[in-house]
Amino acid sequence: MSLTATDVARLAGLARIELTDAELEKLTGQLDVILDSVAVVQAAAGDDVVPTSHALDLANVFRADEVTPSLASAAVLAAAPAQEDGRFRVPHILEED
Amino acid sequence: MAALHELTATQLAEAFRSGEASSVEATQACLDRIAAVDGAIHAFLHVDADRALATAAAVDRRRAAGEPLGPLAGVPIAVKDAFTYEGAPTTCGSRILEGWIPPYTATVVQRVLDAGMVVLGKTNMDEFAMGSSTENSGFGPTRNPVDPERIPGGSGGGSAAAVAAGEAPLALGSDTGGSIRQPAAVTGTVGAKPTYGGTSRYGLVAMASSLDQPGPCGRTVLDTALLHAVIGGHDERDSTSIDAPVPPVVEAAQSGDVRGLRIGVVRELGGEGYAPGVEQRFHEAVERLRGEGAELHEVSCPHFGLALAAYYLIMPSEASSNLARFDSIRYGLRVGDDGANSVEQVMRLTRGQGFGAEVKRRVILGTYALSSGYYEAYYGSAQKVRTLIGEDFARAFEAVDVLVSPTCPTTAWKLGERVDDPLAMYKADLCTIPVNLAGNCAASFPAGLAPEDGLPVGFQVIAPVLADDRLYRVGAALERVLGNQGGAR
Repeated sequence: MSLTATDVARLAGLARIELTDAELEKLTGQLDVILDSVAVVQAAAGDDVVPTSHALDLANVFRADEVTPSLASAAVLAAAPAQEDGRFRVPHILEED
Repeated sequence: MAALHELTATQLAEAFRSGEASSVEATQACLDRIAAVDGAIHAFLHVDADRALATAAAVDRRRAAGEPLGPLAGVPIAVKDAFTYEGAPTTCGSRILEGWIPPYTATVVQRVLDAGMVVLGKTNMDEFAMGSSTENSGFGPTRNPVDPERIPGGSGGGSAAAVAAGEAPLALGSDTGGSIRQPAAVTGTVGAKPTYGGTSRYGLVAMASSLDQPGPCGRTVLDTALLHAVIGGHDERDSTSIDAPVPPVVEAAQSGDVRGLRIGVVRELGGEGYAPGVEQRFHEAVERLRGEGAELHEVSCPHFGLALAAYYLIMPSEASSNLARFDSIRYGLRVGDDGANSVEQVMRLTRGQGFGAEVKRRVILGTYALSSGYYEAYYGSAQKVRTLIGEDFARAFEAVDVLVSPTCPTTAWKLGERVDDPLAMYKADLCTIPVNLAGNCAASFPAGLAPEDGLPVGFQVIAPVLADDRLYRVGAALERVLGNQGGAR
C-alpha cells in the first residue's frame, strides 16, 4: 500500500505535530519508502510464532507500601512553561462559544 | 608522564594514588582540553566547570584525609545529555527541552558521583537518541576527532568524540540500537551495551523503553570495564532492573584470556554492503584471537536480516508513546499560548516547532504502526520477528560462548552524506540492532584502521544475557594483540 499526504496529515494530527506543507510532502515520500522496506516482517513469521514485547521475562515489581519523600512541588513547578497558584497553568481545554 | 588529559582513567587513578597528580589538576586539564578543541569538535552541550572543580577538590581532600575511595575516585567523566543531572541543563539534543533543569539525578549519574568521579558536563547527541551521526541534534552536529569532516557516529557521538579527543577519559552513553557501539567503532574507542536490565534506566530520557540501556564509553578495555562496574547493578527505581550481581567485568578485562573460548563469526553480518577494509580488519582480528587460543566457528543467525525492519517498527512505536510526554504542560517549550489557542493547538504548535525532522518521522511512523487496522500487520509482525531473533541467539549460544561481527558495515562517512536518505542512515545499525531486540549484551572494540581510508574499524563482541564479562575478556585479548594504548587524538 502507499501512503498519501492526507494519511500523513491525519497521523500527524493524532501525534499532535503541526507540519508545514513542505514537511508534509517530504515526510510522505520518506515514510512511504520506510514502510515499504519494513513490510518484510509481515511475511516472516507464521501464526505459530509468539510475539515478544520485551526481552526479559519479568513480572511486575512492587515495593513496600510506605510513604517516602517525593520532589518538592516548587522544584517541579520551576520547570513548567507556565504556573499559577502552585499548579501547572494550561491553555484552555474547552472551546469557547 | 604524558599530559593529564591524555592519560587513561586507570593511569589517572594510579597518579592520584601515588600523589603524582590531583583530581583538580586532571579535571582542569580536561576543562582546558575542552576549551582548546571543543569549538571544532562540539562534543559538549554544557560544561559544568565550577561544580566539576568543586567535586574534584572535595575528592582530593578526602584522599588527603586517608578516606577509602573507589578505583575511579577523582577521575573526570562526560555524561550523554540523555541523562538527568540535578542542576545541569538536560536537553536530550532537543530544542523542546532547551533550558530544562531537571530536579533529580539519573541512577547511573548518581553512581558515578557516589564513586567520587567528576562530571565535566553533558555531551551532544542525536535528538532523543534518534540517529547514527549526531547530525540530528537540535544544537548542531558533533565532528569526529579522527577527521572533522566526518561524523562521530550516533546517537552518542558527543560522548565518543569527547573520549576520542581527550576531553574526558570516560563517558556515559545509552544504546537503543547501537548508539554506544557504533560511535565507538567510528571514533576508534571502546563502548559497551550491557545486558538489558544490567544498568538502571531511571533518569534516562526514554526513547524505546524495551530497548534502551545505559552503558560505558572509554579509550581502553579496562577503563570501560571499571566504569561498567560502577554504574551496573540492581536499582529499585527501574522496574526492569535485574536483581543480580554485576558480572565480573573488571577481572575479565584484566585477564584477557581467550584460550578455549568458542567464538562464532556471524555469517549474516558481512558480505555485500560491507566496506572491504572493515571486513579485512575484522577477519584479521578474528585470526589474531585464534592465535591467542580461541576456537573459531561459523554461526548462522538466519533472522538477523529482518532485524532492521523489526527495529524500525518497534522503536518508533515505543518512541511515539514515550515522546507524548513532551506536551508543553509540565516542562520544556510552549509555543502559541496566546489565550486564543486551545491546549491541543498549543501542543501541535509546540511539537511542530520543538521536534526536528527525524523525531517527527519516527513519531509519525510509530503512530501509524500502532494505529487500528495496521497494528497486527506492522507492530505485531515485528514482535514475532523479535522472537525469531531471540531464538537465533539462543541456538547460537548453545554452540559458542560469544559471537563476533564488524560493529558497523562502514567507517565514518562525511557529514551531510546520509541526512536526506533515512534508510541509508538506518543501515549503519545493521549489526548492532539484533542485540537490543534480544536484550543480551555487546561491545565494540578498536580493530585498527581500514586500509582504503585510514579510518577506525570496530569489532563487535556479543555475549549472552548477564555474561557481560565475556565481552571484556575478548576485548582485552584484542587490545593486547592489536596494541591499543588508549591514546587521545
